[in-house]
Amino acid sequence: MTTTFRRVRLLRNTGFYIAAFITLAFVATPILFALLGGFKDNQQLRENALGLPNPWNVANYTDVLASGDFWRQVVSSVFIALVTTFLVVACSAMVAFVFARYAFRGREGLFTLFAAGMMFPFAVAVLPLFIILRTFELLNSPLGVILPQAAFGLPLTIIILRTFFRSIPGEVEEAATIDGAGPWLFFVRILLPMSRPVLATVSVLALVGSWNSYLLPLVVLQKPTWWTLPIGVTQFSGQYAVETAKVLAFVMLAMLPALVFYAFAERHLISGLTSGGTKG
Amino acid sequence: MTIKSPLQGSPAVGRPDRRAGFGPRRRSGRPGAGTLASFIAPGLVLFLLFVILPVLFAAYVAFFRWNGLGGVPTDFIGLENFRTMLADKVFLGDLWRLAIIVVLSLVIQLPLAFGLAMLLHQRFPGRTAFRLIFFVPYVLTEAVTAVLFGLVFSPRRGFADSLLASLGVEAQIGWLSDRDIVLFVIFGILVWKFFGFHMILFLAGRQNIPEELYEAAAIDGATGTQAFRSITLPLMGPTVRMIVFLSVIGSVQLFDLVFVLTGGGPFHASETLAITMYEQGFQRNQIGYASALSIAMFAVSLVFALFYQRLVLNRDLQGSLTTAGNRS
Repeated sequence: MTTTFRRVRLLRNTGFYIAAFITLAFVATPILFALLGGFKDNQQLRENALGLPNPWNVANYTDVLASGDFWRQVVSSVFIALVTTFLVVACSAMVAFVFARYAFRGREGLFTLFAAGMMFPFAVAVLPLFIILRTFELLNSPLGVILPQAAFGLPLTIIILRTFFRSIPGEVEEAATIDGAGPWLFFVRILLPMSRPVLATVSVLALVGSWNSYLLPLVVLQKPTWWTLPIGVTQFSGQYAVETAKVLAFVMLAMLPALVFYAFAERHLISGLTSGGTKG
Repeated sequence: MTIKSPLQGSPAVGRPDRRAGFGPRRRSGRPGAGTLASFIAPGLVLFLLFVILPVLFAAYVAFFRWNGLGGVPTDFIGLENFRTMLADKVFLGDLWRLAIIVVLSLVIQLPLAFGLAMLLHQRFPGRTAFRLIFFVPYVLTEAVTAVLFGLVFSPRRGFADSLLASLGVEAQIGWLSDRDIVLFVIFGILVWKFFGFHMILFLAGRQNIPEELYEAAAIDGATGTQAFRSITLPLMGPTVRMIVFLSVIGSVQLFDLVFVLTGGGPFHASETLAITMYEQGFQRNQIGYASALSIAMFAVSLVFALFYQRLVLNRDLQGSLTTAGNRS
């Protein structure tokens, strides 16, 4: 009895592993190609595309790491992502706080307006945004990327935060009011610290969204000064089209921050993305 | 904007918020309109300036012929841009390619993600590692992924060609240059990039089904297949419908990956709505026409969303009714 059971289980597990390893190969092959390809030279890439690098050639990686362009793009990407995140989370938290906890005329209408923002694909707005940013002289400025990104991040962030803020019992605020705290003091000193987990989730969402964004920086940042990594990678690959190995090294290094971030913030990232999905 | 001053200090006007769960006692602490406005203003200004204004502007400009110079458009041409659009082979092709991508996603990508989610729901050693790794492609930037796959499918004996050669297939395949296959190659890359995300959503949906249902079914003598058909499938319904929705809306907006990989070519064979809009607007300075295309893109998502919402609502209602019927 138990042996049959074990045999069935073994068979079942073998099936699982076969399916899982096929998928694993599908997922990992392109990434390994980039990782290992970066250690080859172009001749090796042509003649030995599948094997391990022989000899291992670190020049491609060190060239990219020694170039000012790469680091400048990393800094731009990080700066734009951080400011976007701060802006969208701060503005959304304030709006969501009022929506969640005070009744006033026009509240539902205002909320619907924000929520309707979810319906606008970013690409719909990019052309008029370009014209508006040109008028405000925000082209080639990081603010030209930050402000629209933050604005488009508001709807989802407000929806998630409002749901959370509603769940905080009214007694907490009453106690604060009795102690003489006004809405601002309550918001900054009590509500925000209580909301740390959900703030982390929406921050991760905003951070990842900004880090990955391509269309907006593409049209706004025409001069290389503030190019973000995605723009830098595509430009680099156009410039060094024949030096495949170099481009692979650049691609791999550009993917690395996201991979490291994923490794550390995996739980927040997945819960954020899935809640973004389910509540969207 | 719509905050009215009568609210200030007069508890009779402000309705107590029942949902938030505080009673009439807190009226004493009701903040004034100025305080409320100070909370809302930054977000609202940002939103109006950079979301609402551009969208309204696009809707306005769509009725003009305009090259984008000189402040505001003046050459009003009514519906001409939309007429041009409906006769534009590229635009109609975009819709056709969108339909192909959507159908392929529904038939291949989502079932694949569903199957893997069911697999990873089972307990077996290493499943956490698999789940982590399968999600990795979704974390990567689309534009960077596109550069990577541009080299995988490079015309100069790229990685894909070498891989095939090692399997003994010496074929000259124009992965990204053959009009007949480029869209399918792109679909393959989309599967690579997005199946992990859908898998995680399916997995979350599956984990929300209480295990007691399966235990009860097992006690009643249900086989695994029976339990799957009468518990898993129906209760996964809402998750499935939501993922289908996300997947379709995502396909409508497809830009980064395709733009970097092929620019929409060859001969528009992989072009998407957003790429056509970008080309007309930023490369040919046909701002009016490009705005009409943006509006069309918005209309496609909106029509789909409304249609789908109705369908979803009906389905979910029917589902609950039939379940109630079965139980009685």
